[in-house]
Amino acid sequence: MPRQLLGGEVDMGMIIQGATGDWEVVIGLEVHAQVTSKAKLFSGSATEYGAEQNTQVSFIDAAMPGMLPVINRAAVEQAVRTGLGLKAQINKFSVFDRKNYFYADLPQGYQISQFQQPIVGKGVLTIDLKDGETREIGITRLHLEQDAGKSIHDQHPSMSLIDLNRSGVALMEIVSEPDLRSPEEAAAYVKKLRSILRYLGTCDGNMEEGSMRADVNVSVRRPGEGFGTRCEMKNINSVRFMQQAIIYEANRQVDIIEAGGTVDQETRLYDPVKGETRSMRSKEEAHDYRYFPDPDLLPLEFDDAFVEKLKSELPELPDEKKNRFITELGISPYDAGVLVAEKEVADYFEAVAKGRDAKLAANWVTGELFGNLNRTGKSLSESPVSADALGDLIGLIKDGTISNRIAKEVFEEMFETGKAAADIVEEKGLKQVSDTGAIEAAIDEVIAANEDKVAEYRAGKDKLLGFFMGQVMKATGGKANPGVVNKLLKPKLDG
Amino acid sequence: MSDLTKLTIAEARDGLKAKKFSAVELAAAHITAMDSARGLNAFITETPEKAIENATASDARLAKGEEGKLEGIPLAIKDLFCTKGTLTTAASHILDGFKPEYESTVTSNLWNAGAVMLGKVNLDEFAMGSSNETSYYGNVVNPWRRQTDDQPLVPGGSSGGSASAVAANLAMGATGTDTGGSIRQPAAFTGIVGMKPTYGRCSRWGTVAFASSLDQAGPMTRTVRDAAIMLEAMAGFDPKDSTSVDMEVPNFEAALTGDVKGLKVGIPKEYRLDGMSAEIEALWNQGIEWLKAAGAEIIDISLPHTKYALPAYYIVAPAEASSNLARYDGVRYGLRVEGEDLADMYSRTRAEGFGAEVKRRILIGTYALSAGYYDAYYLKAQKVRTRIAEDFREAFKTVDTILTPTAPSAAFAFGEKGTDPLEMYLNDVFTVPASLAGLPGISVPSGLSSDGLPLGLQLLGRPFDEETVIRTAGVLEEAAAFDAAPTAWWRG
Amino acid sequence: MSLDKATVAKVANLARIRVEENDLEPLANELNAILGWVEQLSEVDTENVAPMTSVAEMSLRWRDDEVTDGGYQQQVVANAPAEEDGFFAVPKVIE
Ligand SMILES: [Mg+2]
Ligand SMILES: [Zn+2]
Repeated sequence: MPRQLLGGEVDMGMIIQGATGDWEVVIGLEVHAQVTSKAKLFSGSATEYGAEQNTQVSFIDAAMPGMLPVINRAAVEQAVRTGLGLKAQINKFSVFDRKNYFYADLPQGYQISQFQQPIVGKGVLTIDLKDGETREIGITRLHLEQDAGKSIHDQHPSMSLIDLNRSGVALMEIVSEPDLRSPEEAAAYVKKLRSILRYLGTCDGNMEEGSMRADVNVSVRRPGEGFGTRCEMKNINSVRFMQQAIIYEANRQVDIIEAGGTVDQETRLYDPVKGETRSMRSKEEAHDYRYFPDPDLLPLEFDDAFVEKLKSELPELPDEKKNRFITELGISPYDAGVLVAEKEVADYFEAVAKGRDAKLAANWVTGELFGNLNRTGKSLSESPVSADALGDLIGLIKDGTISNRIAKEVFEEMFETGKAAADIVEEKGLKQVSDTGAIEAAIDEVIAANEDKVAEYRAGKDKLLGFFMGQVMKATGGKANPGVVNKLLKPKLDG
Repeated sequence: MSDLTKLTIAEARDGLKAKKFSAVELAAAHITAMDSARGLNAFITETPEKAIENATASDARLAKGEEGKLEGIPLAIKDLFCTKGTLTTAASHILDGFKPEYESTVTSNLWNAGAVMLGKVNLDEFAMGSSNETSYYGNVVNPWRRQTDDQPLVPGGSSGGSASAVAANLAMGATGTDTGGSIRQPAAFTGIVGMKPTYGRCSRWGTVAFASSLDQAGPMTRTVRDAAIMLEAMAGFDPKDSTSVDMEVPNFEAALTGDVKGLKVGIPKEYRLDGMSAEIEALWNQGIEWLKAAGAEIIDISLPHTKYALPAYYIVAPAEASSNLARYDGVRYGLRVEGEDLADMYSRTRAEGFGAEVKRRILIGTYALSAGYYDAYYLKAQKVRTRIAEDFREAFKTVDTILTPTAPSAAFAFGEKGTDPLEMYLNDVFTVPASLAGLPGISVPSGLSSDGLPLGLQLLGRPFDEETVIRTAGVLEEAAAFDAAPTAWWRG
Repeated sequence: MSLDKATVAKVANLARIRVEENDLEPLANELNAILGWVEQLSEVDTENVAPMTSVAEMSLRWRDDEVTDGGYQQQVVANAPAEEDGFFAVPKVIE
């Protein structure tokens, strides 16, 4: 599709300039997040990723005759925690329904899910846009449900192979309102949701392992008009693919409408290799899920005290943390946003900043540290420089032991060798010189060697002060305390 | 030694304890009886080796004085209970060759109490039926025959194999399951005692599901005392079943005090159906007289929504069944019929694997749950069910138990009911209301029809008040003094 | 509400039960007879009546989050009509 994608500015929404005018993209997301728990939603088998086929399967997960579900307390708690994190309505009474359909990796012939009465109702998620701006996206609901097993189609010439290890794993399906208006907003939504889930410890957010998958609903409309017909792309497991799928799909729909056609409401598959979506009508055929309350389970009920207890134990979430960083630590909204996006980073930063200059700490973390991690392809947990070590370095800057410029040199060394800042400064003799005698001697030397420049300066060329500063620093191997140089240099030049 | 198979469980228990005979001798006698009764087609799978093995272990425990409550008692197990390593079919072709790797909670409880397994008994396919004519493994024959002819009769259903086995002295007791009357109606048809406890009293874990909100296991025995003994062993809280009730299991046998003085017995007027057979009505009146004579107070009550119980049941049960039976798809166990693709394999497997009645109910249930019809059928039926439960709750404010006939007729001959499924459904007219309300009920053999066939009376109780039901049943049993027995024509 | 042949075919497909064309009509008649009889439920006033959820006054029990089950691949696939290396095998699905 040759048409250029306009917009891209995340706070503007994506506008497609069609042959007949502008089109707005409307996106809603259903994210399936795997609940962090040891055992499955309704059975006692393990949930760990990557086990040998059918080894984390109980007779319940394999839907053997006569097997019955019993709910895992942790799944309920995690769903409520997540609901609280999304500032959502917590429903103290909810119902598990059966969603009936046949598929090889759905052993019961139904998925236990929640349909009319989910555990969590309306909430809100704040997405972070460029330049520190934010936008609120509505959460429609969150419900608990079972994951299906896995069909493997490429390991046998004539058969598909079924592994039920995932069958029955607890999922939270988190549904957004159709409030998103661009692929960037959708990406920001997924990233923010993942951040909150990780802060809460309710989902590890690992998209490669399938712990988080998104069903993406896309439609287009004339700006300001009613919603168009949507198409759903299921099970997208990367933010990049999701954005590509949205762009492709929105343009496809515009093409159809502008050619006088209508968009069919359907499920489409995004093919990341071809960069296209295609119809999955075969799978859609005659779906009628025949939801009804699961007679093997009673309604799920808990009281206010249960919710309050979980609420009282919630960690500080990214939005609150960001606010605190801005108001209490004086960090810029942009930096604060960067620092809180991942809990690990925020924790690292707070350890560096503790009892030190927070702004300086923020600069070092987002600047030198991130730069070096990026360059070497390391994650924060692999950083050779611990939060304490970086804190010590900042301490050395603050107490005047080294200059900011020397500190950068020291940091490179720390990152390379894992040595402590003080040791490097000691070994390399990088200690800043504040001894006025030594500095005076250097100044005298510079003045003596540059008499012509001194004359120009005295004739009114003030700008040369910088030149003299540089010369003195050079003469002291960069170790002279710039403040002291400044203080001593001017009177000498002035004569 | 006299015929050990004629003993009651209570008598055998005492005899074993007194070392009058061994558990192996008791098992052997039943194995011989089983061998000679193939004509009844009561068993799908006989497990004589297992019986002897169990009995040998029982004798060892008896010798050490470590016996359980059912030590050495030979039982037949309805083939709806999963038994580890033993073929479990639900009487369906679709479970071809299925040998569970696990044991149902109810049967585990029985083995833990020392019971001996004789085998797995026949039933209507997936427990769907009232005559035991829908089994893939063929009809079960009632040991009883009319005085007037030799036509084979149905044993009732769905626990027809259990009923025939106990009535013909092939087993001292059998497990049954009751969804809409599947224990009580065949008990009545074969002259034995059948009890459905309160929903939630026996675990459903490991029992092939028909309709989850209704299914409940219970004992089928020759006396009320035996039912009490056996139920106590079967019942109990099971954390693996979310609908199992965490409640102490009472000593049910101790409830048999023989005293119903002052007990209030309700007689629901709506159970006097138009065109009710005179002998059923006479039996019911006789039952009322017996309880009155024993000092009970008879109170007329009304259960206004009785009429709607059957139609509500025939929506709720098929709807749940349509979903419960979705797992039989040829992928993980049982029959597979190959097809062009996965969907074709499913539909061929299920077309061949399920019999006509099961398919009919799956289709009704699927339709009742489908888009646009859910409210009119399933939701409506569940609301009517609430009404029916309210009727009972109201009645039990004034009475302690309710007396009704168990079934509208005596056992009938094969094919006699014609081909109209509705006619067959009417068999459960007296048993279904209590099923919908989850209440405990028992059928006690109370008399003979003019043809010489057994007839049963039903007692219903408050939720988890099996004790009152058992106590009243004991009094009824004693008054009825039902001692008729079928002639053992099948030994041929 | 009366089922025609097409509806029966649709329902049979939903239930994944193959029904031969010849059998649709008689099946429709049978099902209609049952549904017609069920119609009498409409006589019952169920205004403000909650559908039945459970017989006993009880609420859902929760289990603790412990791994207590699984780890027996061979028992899981023991009854499989077709098995490949610990997987269940079905006719190839083309997505
Ligand atoms: Mg969805
Ligand atoms: Zn979902």
